[in-house]
Amino acid sequence: MQKSLTVLDFERSLAELDKNIAAYETAGTGRGEDYSTVIDDLKSTRQRLLTEIFMNLTPWDEVLLARKRERPYSLDYIKLVFEDFVELHGDRLFSDDQSIVCGPARIAGRNVMVVGQQKGRDLKERQLRNFGYPRPDAYRKALRMMKMAEKLRLPVITFVDCPGADTNVGSEERGISDAIARNLMEMSVLGTPIITIIIGEGGSGGALGVAVADRVLIMEHAIYSVIAPEGCAAILDTFGRDPARADEASAALRVTSKHAREFGLVDEILPEPLGGAHADVEAAAETLRSAIVENLAKLSEMPLDHLLEQRYAKYRGMGFYDIIEEVVTGTEPIK
Amino acid sequence: MPNDNWFRRNTKFGAAPAKSSNETVPDGLAVKCGGCGEIVFNKEFEKNLKVCPKCGHHHRMSVDERIETIFDEGTFVEINVAIRSRDFLNFPEYQDKLNKGWAKFGNSDSFRIGRGDIQGQKCVAGLSEFGFMGGSMGSVAGEKITQALEAGAAEQLPVVLFTTSGGARMQEGLVSLMQMAKTSAAAAKLAQARMPLIIVLTDPTTAGVMASYASLGDVLLAEPGALVAFTGQRVAAQAAQGQKLPANYQSAEWRLERGQIDDVVARKDLPIVLGRLLALLHNPDTDRPARKSATRAASKAKASTNGNDAAHALAVQD
Repeated sequence: MQKSLTVLDFERSLAELDKNIAAYETAGTGRGEDYSTVIDDLKSTRQRLLTEIFMNLTPWDEVLLARKRERPYSLDYIKLVFEDFVELHGDRLFSDDQSIVCGPARIAGRNVMVVGQQKGRDLKERQLRNFGYPRPDAYRKALRMMKMAEKLRLPVITFVDCPGADTNVGSEERGISDAIARNLMEMSVLGTPIITIIIGEGGSGGALGVAVADRVLIMEHAIYSVIAPEGCAAILDTFGRDPARADEASAALRVTSKHAREFGLVDEILPEPLGGAHADVEAAAETLRSAIVENLAKLSEMPLDHLLEQRYAKYRGMGFYDIIEEVVTGTEPIK
Repeated sequence: MPNDNWFRRNTKFGAAPAKSSNETVPDGLAVKCGGCGEIVFNKEFEKNLKVCPKCGHHHRMSVDERIETIFDEGTFVEINVAIRSRDFLNFPEYQDKLNKGWAKFGNSDSFRIGRGDIQGQKCVAGLSEFGFMGGSMGSVAGEKITQALEAGAAEQLPVVLFTTSGGARMQEGLVSLMQMAKTSAAAAKLAQARMPLIIVLTDPTTAGVMASYASLGDVLLAEPGALVAFTGQRVAAQAAQGQKLPANYQSAEWRLERGQIDDVVARKDLPIVLGRLLALLHNPDTDRPARKSATRAASKAKASTNGNDAAHALAVQD
């Protein structure tokens, strides 16, 4: 991972404490003195502080956390969750867009197809991954793999982590709208179980393009939003068309995992280790692994026609509106 | 993926009249063309279907105007007018915007659906209203589009949808993003029922709408000069980071050149072209009867329209 850790605003006091703890530890080793009481003290303060901070995260804190560079990305999870994974490349049409990685994998002895949106950490990898913004070729590669999975009766596991789809000229030239729309349609009728996990940033249509699934799980500190809060703030008069008011927009948009669950738009929240998935990647991966295994078992029991009916009904029911005086809700009523 | 397309554009294709079609047609004798800036007499402007007789610029139309110019007289019957948006997120200013929209358009929100005939061809149709919050797709638009597509599947009728929208409705948060999945799934139902879907892209159609059902037509037609885009022009310009964007970027003509739409059709020709296409793509008298699987899909689509019975019962047939 990165050498210099990114420290978010709400993490600053923790970083301060970490520095002190490290200083005492170094001093202790250097002079052969025992600072263990001080260190233990500082550590318990840190734990208390950490718990408090994470109980009071604002939606904007969650946005920053979801985007944090140290957070595990798809390939980090893939390595820990699956027993085997062979990456396959390219859409057979134009390119191999590496903002999405795909390939067959094995989990708990069972073969599956994996589609994962992949960001990069250092500049070189970030460029390689197009800064996480998938182009049409990425969606078409994903669809190629999902069709293969349908043919070979492999369940599909998708990982979502993208700020949005690519907005550049090349993507418009190759039909980014068409690529996303087609995935939405094809995934809604794909004849094999689909499980999606939002692991970090669930950014708009760019995320949804690989996220139509029988079961949609979301990591506790991942976000899922119709538009990047900055974009929302920049567009709406409500926020003075000022992207700097993204924090307000993130609260208004309700971007957190809790909100997505509350509105019935995701099926399950996967708890993360205290401090976020990056604080203990292996523990986070284990939570993810058992959630996938459990959901796979449930979905595999279902006859295919039943599965597809249920998938359709789920999306069919999403929406909240009034019928004259009567209130119709897709899922549970909201306050 | 909403976008900024409800803002004024100032390109060759743009200089869009913006916000409401009423602004293009002030109460007066004449109107200034948003394309060439020439003054056109109202009477001539209306007679010419809001297309500038001098430069051919297609100005935006309201749903009422669209219905009048597309469907055989008196055949369009609106269905399910009784569903209404709700500010379930308490999103700042949303309720005000809804109130304003309702005052102007009734409960119809940004989308209206119905059944009607085009040149004698029966179809289910849907039309978006740009004047209502930039035609943005929230729960109501998503539900109506879905109902139109399901009705086509259940009744074995082709579906024609006229789009104009800035994208998903941000004020409904993630729920509006899910309308993309919902409408796309419904488009799959129509496909399984082997009924054609024709999309008419009008200015502007962008973002979450373009990246869902609006791209899923068997046939995609567009009006001349219409902005058809994933990324609205302002964001596109930012993304280009000072680099010059291609000429006519994201216009209907630009899409046609790249093989992304089937044709660009002038407004005055739309009824004829649609009528011919409907007749060619669907002839209930001579088409091979739908195979078993298709009928099953159709009846399934009918069965799974939860909440739809209530909606049908409430349909106002005016």
